[in-house]
Amino acid sequence: MTTSVFDNIDALKKELLRCMKCGNCMAACPIYNIEKKESSVARGKIALGEIALSSEDIKIDDETLVKLLFNCLVCKSCMMACPSQVRFDRIILGLRAAIAKKKGIPFVKKAIFGMLKNPELFDKGMKAFAVMQGLFLKEQQEKRRTPKGFMKTLGKRFDENFVIPELSKESFRDKVSEVITVKYSKCKALFFTGCSVNYLFPEVGEDLIYVLQKNNVSIVTPKRQNCCGMPVMVHGDIDTARELARKNIDVFEQSDCDYIITVCGSCGSALKTEYPIILEGDSNYEEKAKKWAEKTYDISTFLLKVINFEPPKGKLNLKVTYHDSCHLKKSMKVFAEPREIIKKIPGVTLLEMKKPDACCGSGGSYHLTHPETSLKIASSKAEDIKSTTAQAVCTGCPACMMELFESLHRANAQCDVIHTISLLSKSYKEEEKGNV
Amino acid sequence: MIDSTFINKCKNIFGAENVLTDKAELITYSYDATPGIPREIPGVVVFPENTKQIQELIFLARQTKTPIYPRGAGTCLSGGPVPLSKGVVVSFQKMNKILEIDADNLTATVQPGVIISDLNAAVSKFGLIYPPDPGSMATATVGGSVAENSGGLRGLKYGVTKHYIMGMEVVMPTGEIFRFGGKTVKNVTAYDFTNLFVGSEGTLGIITEIICKLIPAPKYRKAMIAFFEKLEDAGKTVTDIVRAHVIPATLEIMDKVTIQTVENYAKVGLPTDVEALLLIEVDGMGKDSVEWEAEKCIEVIGKNNGKYKIAETDAERDALWAARRAALPALAQVKPSTILEDATVPRTKIVDMLISIQNIAKKYNLLIGTFGHAGDGNLHPTILIDPTNKDEMERLHKAVDEIFESALSLGGTLSGEHGIGIAKLKYLKNEIGRSGVETMRRIKQALDPDNILNPGKLVPMED
Ligand SMILES: Cc1cc2nc3c(=O)[nH]c(=O)nc-3n(C[C@H](O)[C@H](O)[C@H](O)COP(=O)(O)OP(=O)(O)OC[C@H]3O[C@@H](n4cnc5c(N)ncnc54)[C@H](O)[C@@H]3O)c2cc1C
Ligand code: SF4
Ligand code: SF4
Repeated sequence: MTTSVFDNIDALKKELLRCMKCGNCMAACPIYNIEKKESSVARGKIALGEIALSSEDIKIDDETLVKLLFNCLVCKSCMMACPSQVRFDRIILGLRAAIAKKKGIPFVKKAIFGMLKNPELFDKGMKAFAVMQGLFLKEQQEKRRTPKGFMKTLGKRFDENFVIPELSKESFRDKVSEVITVKYSKCKALFFTGCSVNYLFPEVGEDLIYVLQKNNVSIVTPKRQNCCGMPVMVHGDIDTARELARKNIDVFEQSDCDYIITVCGSCGSALKTEYPIILEGDSNYEEKAKKWAEKTYDISTFLLKVINFEPPKGKLNLKVTYHDSCHLKKSMKVFAEPREIIKKIPGVTLLEMKKPDACCGSGGSYHLTHPETSLKIASSKAEDIKSTTAQAVCTGCPACMMELFESLHRANAQCDVIHTISLLSKSYKEEEKGNV
Repeated sequence: MIDSTFINKCKNIFGAENVLTDKAELITYSYDATPGIPREIPGVVVFPENTKQIQELIFLARQTKTPIYPRGAGTCLSGGPVPLSKGVVVSFQKMNKILEIDADNLTATVQPGVIISDLNAAVSKFGLIYPPDPGSMATATVGGSVAENSGGLRGLKYGVTKHYIMGMEVVMPTGEIFRFGGKTVKNVTAYDFTNLFVGSEGTLGIITEIICKLIPAPKYRKAMIAFFEKLEDAGKTVTDIVRAHVIPATLEIMDKVTIQTVENYAKVGLPTDVEALLLIEVDGMGKDSVEWEAEKCIEVIGKNNGKYKIAETDAERDALWAARRAALPALAQVKPSTILEDATVPRTKIVDMLISIQNIAKKYNLLIGTFGHAGDGNLHPTILIDPTNKDEMERLHKAVDEIFESALSLGGTLSGEHGIGIAKLKYLKNEIGRSGVETMRRIKQALDPDNILNPGKLVPMED
């Protein structure tokens, strides 16, 4: 794998060279929009990379430089505006990997999580947090939690307005049968749940299974599937990301499935775009990664383009707006399909918000490590949603759902957050009840 | 120069949160969008929020003889905001309020950091536009574009930035705050300072407030694209359209290399066997007059052996524009780096200039795609290069010299819109001569006796 940006400095430098410093990315970057500093945006980060990799002026492990390179949502918005087709996703991950390689993963973790008030507690907190969050959105969000005790010491984010959805204990993959075969099976699809659905939003997984069954698709949900690797990859831990990718590909290979379905923009993007990149030059896995990337579909694309699904007839009477998850739109290029699906649901009106593809501010752990910027991005998103007067905001990514849930609460908005697949499933259920 | 005392004083003036001192942060202010020019890391970066702070900074800088480099969005294509002798970079990104929109006087008063397209979005609510529309308008600031006297795609009909600036507030390099101009259409009081400061590239004063002129947004428009098998026919079409007394809002040209590259990259359905294409858009307040203008254009295209496609719907218009918008991105794909020049000639000399660029490309074995604003003679020969290839870089420099030479010999100018900055400084004398350079020096010395404002740009202080 000597030619990849993760292993070869020259390859990384070559990527940097494509940036002509035109500054177009400034208009697209959510962080720049708030902070107005060159270092917030792709152009500045690329300039830092150039200097750190090819001169003695500054080292790649310079404390501020590391901080600046981690001040990025990896949302790929800049790539949409770039006339030079700069592959900023490779660049930022490559630069972070270079830092991690030089200083080790613990250094990186410390550098970024050091911004939280209490880094040791943070680690414990995240675990507790994950367990706590098991349950989401009982549609009407009858229950919410705000931080108590030690969580409050974790940093700015966890003030009295912080909310997370009410939780459950059992994970999705523990509950669901590994193989579900339908009678008139059109095809067999592997459900890549991702961690958020597995631990935080099991309902989304259940809705997916229900919708697929309705459409005569057999589903395999391998218990042995792993985290997609994005969370470690964005911290520069390329070795772990590769290991997770290989393990997942092994699971895919054994599954005997025709397709992989995702309901999370980040997981889908990992399988579809990131795996082929990080496994480039891996003689055992490169081809397999490419093959499965082609078979990976976001659920909305799968329903519309692969199986030509049967739209539901149940009436919902709902005004919704749609938020484009960055990874779903900017990485997987999925934005038309979810809207088309929403429009097919009887009684649902789609009201577009001002900038539906503006980032929600989540960025994985970014919203914890950079609460101030993230909260500002999130609040302008919440205002855009509010002004549509929609009763619910629909999206295709659980990470966005979390962020939207919190920011709408902070903005005092009466607006539900719902995954597109859950909206669809609701309509099928209404149809079953005869409410057409 | 810049030591801890200086930095502490900056923090007192601007507040610590508006002062950057970390090396890594400073590195990101060492460049603009100009390829192939030197970079330098500033000593400190400050973000002013009001005029008073800038005045205090000037006093501080004069005492310590510290150079000051104003910076808008850093999209300049001639090196304007690069802090050549370290010093202080003043970023206007946080001084970005629209102070007033006066729809009855057709003016907008803005702080320099307002982004051009944000201004347009705000005035569009009143059915008005601020016409200067550089390709960078989604990021470039009003202050930066005033300092560069930027042009844009609508230059032929609507003019350039200088035609839309009615007055300013400037902090002089000696520290005085100076306001001139205003909301009146007519104003002949004193020297015409507006035209002195527009295009001054940050060398004569720091612009802190700008009164912009607005116009009603045209209600109708019609876009078309025309293809020509001979360059001469395309050139003649450009002059014949104007001769027919039609002034299109947009009259853009793309040469064969650009067309082929665009088609290869964006697959927008362009014929790849033609020598040139023109993108033409006429607009106006009356449906009939716009139709009449469109018909005239079609007539002229036909007479000059062109084939055309006319956009009937907004979607079709967008499709035509997609080709033009893809020009730079497509060319940028071919090689790691692109050098975008802006040599400009009288409208009637466009074909000569295009041919001369093609010859230069052949002579130096370089790939040059040319596109640009044919209507105002402003071409963008875009040279595609690999900066790591030494031999190619040498040929590039020679080619650029020759491009300027031929622009000047055709009665044109070194720069139509990107400015002189650092990049074209050495050619300046070729156009304005010794006396011109001397005059510039005298103006610079009179207004900025300590040479602290953007030194090393626009005005060659020594031979
Ligand atoms: C992709 C691309 C397309 C472009 N298209 C065009 C085009 O079509 N037409 C065109 O004319 N140009 C174009 N440009 C060039 C550039 O965008 C313009 O010159 C732009 O107006 C510069 O604005 P800025 O805010 O980026 O200024 P900067 O680059 O930051 O600064 C430009 C100059 O202005 C000075 N300055 C900035 N603010 C102030 C202030 N408040 N007071 C005094 N001086 C100040 C700086 O010192 C510098 O000398 C393009 C550039 C790019 C990268
Ligand atoms: S990935 Fe997103 S946050 Fe990072 S530089 Fe690009 S636009 Fe900004
Ligand atoms: S838009 Fe692309 S080429 Fe332009 S500065 Fe940003 S990353 Fe570089």
